Amino acid sequence: MNHKKKTRRSSNMGLASSTFAIAIGLLFGFIILLLSNPTQALPGFAAILTGAMTHGIKGIGQVFYYATPIILTGLSVGFAFKTGLFNIGSSGQFIVGAFGAVYVGIMWTSLGGIHWIVALLAAIILGALWGFVPGLLKAVFNVNEVISAIMMNYIGMYVVNYTTKAYAPLFNNLRNESNNVAVAAQIPKMGLDKIFVGSSLNGGIIIAIVVVILMHFVLNKTTFGYELKAVGYNRDASKYAGINEKKGIILSMVISGAISGLAGGLLYLAGTGKHIEIVDVLASEGFTGISVALLGLSNPLTILAAGIFIAYLMAGGFYLQLFEFSTEIIDIIVAVIIYFSAFALMVKLLIIRMNTHKLDKQELKEEKAKNKKDIHRKGEI
Amino acid sequence: MRYIIEMLNITKEFPGIIANDNITLQIMEGEIHAFLGENGAGKSTLMSVLFGLYQPEKGMIKIKGEEVKITSPLDANKYGIGMVHQHFKLVHNFTVLQNIVLGMETVKNGLLKMDEAREKIVMLSEKYNLFVDPDALIEDITVGMQQRVEILKMLYRDNEILIFDEPTAVLTPQEIVELMAIMKGLVKEGKSVLFITHKLNEIKQVADRCTVLRRGKYIGTVDVADVDLEQMSEMMVGRKVNLVVEKGEAHPTDVVLDVKNLVVKSTREGHTKNVVNDASFQVRKGEIVCIAGIDGNGQTELIHAITGLGGIKSGCVMINGEDVTKKSVRYKNTHGLSHIPEDRHKYGLVLDYNLAYNLVLQQYFEKNFQNHGFMKNDKIYEYAEQLIEKYDIRSGQGANSRTRDMSGGNQQKAIVARELNKAPDIILAVQPVRGLDVGAIEYIHKELVKQRDDGAAILVVSLELDEVMNLSDRILVIFEGEIVANLDPKKITVQELGLYMAGSKREGGKHES
Repeated sequence: MNHKKKTRRSSNMGLASSTFAIAIGLLFGFIILLLSNPTQALPGFAAILTGAMTHGIKGIGQVFYYATPIILTGLSVGFAFKTGLFNIGSSGQFIVGAFGAVYVGIMWTSLGGIHWIVALLAAIILGALWGFVPGLLKAVFNVNEVISAIMMNYIGMYVVNYTTKAYAPLFNNLRNESNNVAVAAQIPKMGLDKIFVGSSLNGGIIIAIVVVILMHFVLNKTTFGYELKAVGYNRDASKYAGINEKKGIILSMVISGAISGLAGGLLYLAGTGKHIEIVDVLASEGFTGISVALLGLSNPLTILAAGIFIAYLMAGGFYLQLFEFSTEIIDIIVAVIIYFSAFALMVKLLIIRMNTHKLDKQELKEEKAKNKKDIHRKGEI
Repeated sequence: MRYIIEMLNITKEFPGIIANDNITLQIMEGEIHAFLGENGAGKSTLMSVLFGLYQPEKGMIKIKGEEVKITSPLDANKYGIGMVHQHFKLVHNFTVLQNIVLGMETVKNGLLKMDEAREKIVMLSEKYNLFVDPDALIEDITVGMQQRVEILKMLYRDNEILIFDEPTAVLTPQEIVELMAIMKGLVKEGKSVLFITHKLNEIKQVADRCTVLRRGKYIGTVDVADVDLEQMSEMMVGRKVNLVVEKGEAHPTDVVLDVKNLVVKSTREGHTKNVVNDASFQVRKGEIVCIAGIDGNGQTELIHAITGLGGIKSGCVMINGEDVTKKSVRYKNTHGLSHIPEDRHKYGLVLDYNLAYNLVLQQYFEKNFQNHGFMKNDKIYEYAEQLIEKYDIRSGQGANSRTRDMSGGNQQKAIVARELNKAPDIILAVQPVRGLDVGAIEYIHKELVKQRDDGAAILVVSLELDEVMNLSDRILVIFEGEIVANLDPKKITVQELGLYMAGSKREGGKHES
């Protein structure tokens, strides 16, 4: 249909701008490498780009493993963005979700085959609760969600630390972290261990992808998504249209929190030796999620790609150490990419203007095909 | 007489459109020159060229016969060109004096020297009969006074050519008369005035000559005395336009909207006064009732109280005999109420949605457009295409156009289409033609009359006397939140209506209709 073609075109613009942001970010990263150690810059740069592939199929499995939580936290933040809310509380929702999963994973051992599912549900419910509070405050008392969500981050972190420590069955005194979850509570491999031999990858990535697709449908195909986006774009007009905007705000935060909680559950049930450590640090996955959402332009499907891409860079970044670089360099490069993706909109406008100026339709088509190839290539990686 | 400014054969292109196509504008010294054109005709572009914001592809600008290059507003200022913008550029918590000298303060040893400036301003104010108090704060003075401050700003900078960009849009009838007098005073003192507007009768009243643009093209320059309103509007729109709303006698029947003793409290802090005070009125099937009043007399709050967007302190609202005072916005929207809101960007449209999605903003939840919570996009676009066809909504990409990219007139048409196509019983139209040009105004008025004849009850809120007199079958005047008069447009004059609106006249006793 006619209208579908048009929407695809505009999303291509977004993709082009994100690609541009990535290119500049990488260039900048290279300059940083040059500045810190000129002789090793080229091999270092190659390590960023290809490091994740060093160990072949296992490396790729690792990328997906790293990508799983940040895809979901990215989706969580992006979903809230779409409805006009800035969920900076992803970190707190993530950790209380993780706690819920770990608690069920350790304590409710009589569940058998559905143990991991119940554990994930606990993660979702606790995450949702942590999103609900700022949502409620925003809707009813017009408290800025950024402030209340930041508070909830700290409350979440300390409550989790305190409870884990205080409740003996959960706590491993020697290592100052939570105990192992029961084997039945670990996320099943879903056959992925046969494909990505030797990696930590499990069914979590499949769950994440399913949730991404689900959210894509909710946002774009349902009246619920229509309402949420309308509230995000224009609260007054939504009110005028009879949309219950308070309900929309609360539900949006609840869903956003649930997704972050799920991210925490998936990571801590992975069975890869990840435990809740008793340290006073906010979970970084939540903040990486903000970056992923920005780079993915708050669009579920592109968030998926952005999450995998950032995970890929992070995986490559570990190999930088071989060339006497510190891994912080990779953080800087990722940050630069994010920084430029904030300009993504501006770049988008620029591209549109260039297109109308120079490209006729034929060239536009070529551009599209090229873009598609780019995505394709990224997918392969 | 000679030309003080000549813009000769100006052509300015933007990607995809020619905004100005070989346009010539020549202003004589000491004349009031009207500049007429529909929205999007290219008036603003030409002014931006004059102020150096755009460089034209072709053409030249001459000032007093000499060719000049204008590359920035500073150049324009140097050549004595000044502009009163439609939206004033004043600092609200500064005094009049501070605002006028802002940007060219006289400084001595790092300290401000205001005395000379004050003298000059008082002198100018007296010379041109502006009566502005230099020490009043901008936020304390009326809109009309603020406009005079803008005029003084230009005079203070010794501008010879004064451009007024739709200056009357924000003024009350009395203020408009005063502004006309001021403009005449200015040209008498040797200034030249360019008067941008699309109100024809104002041009007739005050202008000497008039240049008309249509869709980026130069149509002609005429002596205002030689043409009548119809001819001017035909030049502007390109076809014959009916300036008077054509409508037959109203035959009101059953009461549809019944508002009883409505009171709305002010939400602004520290204000205890009721913004709507004990308003009672009825609107019946088959009539158009206009609420006339000066902006800010409680119209917005009254409409919001009826639609449910705002709160109510006491009183009740009935639609078709049903008490809907406490019902939700959605309930009212689906039970016969249509609302064309005052601010189309704030309330009327989700600007980042495309046209199709905006056209179902009040209906997306209906069976036709969704199935168990899933949008039926094909049905939505089909419906949108129908409305686009029926209401002639023009946009770049049809149903797919983002409404933010559409022109104001077409945005308003989209809202009108959405609201009227629901077959409503009662239509609340708040300033339905604000900022639109003659063609679009004619169209929207026609649609409203059609709805009336089909048996809808229509309540129009308007600040424009012409619209009130033309469109309404009955006039309610609102002043400080109270309905002070219930009038028959055939039996009163514009002047009388103006007096009611200004609160200097009231109808005795209660009004039942």
